[in-house]
Amino acid sequence: MTTETMLSVSGLSKSFKTVKAVRDVSFTIPRGKTFGLVGESGSGKSTTARLVLRLVEPTAGRIAFRGRDLSALSASDLRRERRHMQMIFQDPFGSLNPRMSVRETLVEPQFVHGIGTAAEQLKVAERLLAEVSLPRAALDRYLHEFSGGQRQRIAIARALSTNPDLIVADEPVSALDVSVQAQVLNLMRDLQDRHGTTMLFISHDLRVVQFMCDEIGVMYLGEIVEQGPRDRIYNAPAHPYTKALLASVPGKGSGQRARLSGEIPSAHAVPSGCAFRTRCPHAFERCASEKPAMREIGNGQRAACHLLDKAVAA
Amino acid sequence: MSAHSAPMPAEIAVPPAQRRTVLEVENLSLSFRNADGLLPIVTDVSFSIRQGEAVALVGESGCGKSITASAIMGIAPENAVIGGRIVLNGQEISALGPKERRRLCGRHMGFIFQEPMTALHPTLSIGRQMTDTLKHNLGLSQSAATQRAAELLDRVGIPRARDILKGYVHELSGGMRQRVMIALAISCGPSLVIADEPTTALDVTIQAQVLDLLEDMRRELDLAMLFITHDLEVVGDFCDRAVVMYAGDVVERGESADITRRPSHPYARGLIDAVPAHDDGRTRLTPILGTVPPVGQWPEGCRFAPRCGRADEKCRTRPHLETLSHTDVRCWHPLEAGA
Amino acid sequence: MLRYLFKRFLLILPTIFVPLILVFLLLRLSPGDPAGMMLGDQATPEQIAALRTQLGLDQPVWMQFVLWLKGILTLDLGNSIFFREPVMQIIPRYATVTILLTAVALVLAVVIGVTLGLVSAMNRNKPIDRGVVTTAVLGISLPEFWFALLLIFVFAVTLRWFPVAGYNPPDAGIIAFGATIFLPALALGVRQSALMTRMMRSSMLDVLNEPYITTARAQGLPETTVLGRYAMRTAAMPVVTVAGLSAGYMLGGAVAIEIIFALPGLGRMLVEAVGRRDYPLVEGGVLTISLVLAVLNLLIDLIYAILDPRIRYQ
Repeated sequence: MTTETMLSVSGLSKSFKTVKAVRDVSFTIPRGKTFGLVGESGSGKSTTARLVLRLVEPTAGRIAFRGRDLSALSASDLRRERRHMQMIFQDPFGSLNPRMSVRETLVEPQFVHGIGTAAEQLKVAERLLAEVSLPRAALDRYLHEFSGGQRQRIAIARALSTNPDLIVADEPVSALDVSVQAQVLNLMRDLQDRHGTTMLFISHDLRVVQFMCDEIGVMYLGEIVEQGPRDRIYNAPAHPYTKALLASVPGKGSGQRARLSGEIPSAHAVPSGCAFRTRCPHAFERCASEKPAMREIGNGQRAACHLLDKAVAA
Repeated sequence: MSAHSAPMPAEIAVPPAQRRTVLEVENLSLSFRNADGLLPIVTDVSFSIRQGEAVALVGESGCGKSITASAIMGIAPENAVIGGRIVLNGQEISALGPKERRRLCGRHMGFIFQEPMTALHPTLSIGRQMTDTLKHNLGLSQSAATQRAAELLDRVGIPRARDILKGYVHELSGGMRQRVMIALAISCGPSLVIADEPTTALDVTIQAQVLDLLEDMRRELDLAMLFITHDLEVVGDFCDRAVVMYAGDVVERGESADITRRPSHPYARGLIDAVPAHDDGRTRLTPILGTVPPVGQWPEGCRFAPRCGRADEKCRTRPHLETLSHTDVRCWHPLEAGA
Repeated sequence: MLRYLFKRFLLILPTIFVPLILVFLLLRLSPGDPAGMMLGDQATPEQIAALRTQLGLDQPVWMQFVLWLKGILTLDLGNSIFFREPVMQIIPRYATVTILLTAVALVLAVVIGVTLGLVSAMNRNKPIDRGVVTTAVLGISLPEFWFALLLIFVFAVTLRWFPVAGYNPPDAGIIAFGATIFLPALALGVRQSALMTRMMRSSMLDVLNEPYITTARAQGLPETTVLGRYAMRTAAMPVVTVAGLSAGYMLGGAVAIEIIFALPGLGRMLVEAVGRRDYPLVEGGVLTISLVLAVLNLLIDLIYAILDPRIRYQ
């Protein structure tokens, strides 16, 4: 297995007027791996996904995709590069054109990027349909004839139709019932194994992220507060927010539920110092005055918290 | 003052078995009348809830759990045809007319919705919505109702209650909105609270806070609670007993610990296996094949049979809900306990 | 709240001045000479020139505009060329009639529209609903003047309940005033009431599906409160918008009605003044109508802000 880097993001930031939606986000994804961004609503994870694809222009930061600096590309170069990166959204009904048949839905991206002849495009469409376990007869039907899970399968097939190197999946199973969610998650992993696709996977559901991802970044109020390999994050979380988030997942008895007070502050008024301090059970004076830096913990795990300095000093 | 307050008894140390039954639902069925005749939505639902007990109604979208709740509240759509018996505090409320049913709402039954943003009025103040309810149901004066509304907000953990009363739903955060919804539901001292996916729209950390609050309220007020959810993990944490629904039927019913750990119905088992559980290291999930059949296209016999690995000829006839060792199951081939 | 209203006020200023400038230019640039018309065919060119100088019509157009603008700000709109008395004394006599006519028509339209719309929504798809919807379509399709003639024929000529034409001011007693204003107001308001019926019906049907209506019912509130307070509060918003537009439309539509019913209103006055090239009077009339519209719009905004707390924050 090579360790070629597919996507490298550094210092990515985005402000909308006074709202700092994403602040100084950095991560890399090796080819064929899945990086998960997890966080609550308002954490900036979806904006980060759109920034990576330059669907939203970043205020600052660098995005290197397949070794090329995306932020420096001209509009036409960017359009050519888009062929290699596709997106899957939470609501396939909103992201796919309901007036297109499944055939058109699967052929269109290939046509737009000038891949193959019409006959070849159709062949690819048929193959993808089989890969997402839908019958060939589905080709001539329209989206409203399918259930939510089937629509998401079609969205996945469409994303794969240009044979992309990177797929950005934003809450792809959040709208689905649990029994169907499992089908789609299995499918995504199978296809990733078969095609060697790299994935940026965004979800608020820690159980889903744990199942899907190799490496995880935990976001809070526009920043990554902790990141590292999946098992480290789940078994040895270092940041108080990651700990609280994990403890909030239901299914461990009510006594185990974390009682994190308050709610995520508005991105209009990010607290000084550490953004999490207003809800952190361990906050002390330094947290208000000084922003904690990201520091290495070992085994590729990194977190931004003053407590870690304390632990080292003690 | 005290004469104006609804009863808010302290925790009662009565053993569960001796507790009064608050709600009994017997063979509840519901169909929609449309141009083609009757479309069955819910066919045979029976369960009961005792004082201080939380019972979960679990299932995926389209299983009929929410419509069952609205049938109990008496707020089902006009074209719904409802059969079976609903008994609240010993009174058969399913026999009452719409006006009498409405009088039970608020005073005897409270309702908590999934999306407080849309379930609270956008242009009436929080205080107005609360005092309208208090004045109508408890006959309070405006000032007594305002006083009580402020106490209720305080009780559900909302700071600066007096200011919030003057505010509107769009000014509140998601968690605060659901707290207001809870305050409204318990405001007139109901004995039964129905919560329809009360935490589904919330972030996990807020979800934990709201579940804590619901549990506190249930203990303090000795409420019977019907908790509607799709999430079996929440059921295990929060509820005493659980009723699993599939395609308009109850398929399994029992203690929530049994249902979430060793269910007997293949569908209940499937729901558990389909969720990526914490640190089980699986690389593949075990989904339930196929999809929930849409209303009006239910198969004959066992409705889960087309998606079930254990189905055979026998499943073409409809199974009854039968009591097994630990739960009641509607299945010809139930799983062994602990399987 | 005050800030919001002030902002709305600033936005309204152009709606006063743009029509004024247009009318000023249109009259100046149209063929025909008021001085010539006023003095008749027998006038000598010297007499005409003298009158032009007296009226300031020999000045360049921009100078006329500046002088006239100065007049507006000092509430001096000059003398009517035809009546030979100050415009500021003529206008109120006529404007009162038109404003009263429009106001009564608006009240009738709102009362009829809201009532029928509610009845219709409450009895959705029942015969009474179908009847109301059909009547509303008919009402929208018929022009006011046709309806005015029909009303005169039925209620004035045949039944003799009302006078055929003419006007009694409110000083003459409410019954006398009502008798002369009711038919014209009804004729003017009927189309708008049909529009409002449809608006009220669809808006009420939408609102009745809202979860907060279910909440109100689940709280045990009686149906009269649920409909009258919880549903009406939001369902009325689009009707308020339509009422504002209707009032503006009816101010314009008053011309035909005033002529048919021989009411001494602003519309009739304007038509006559245009025919006589009575520039100062026409401009004064347009200024009045613009002002009334502006006040009306401000009023609608005020009602909106009272009904919906959300817009006060925008």
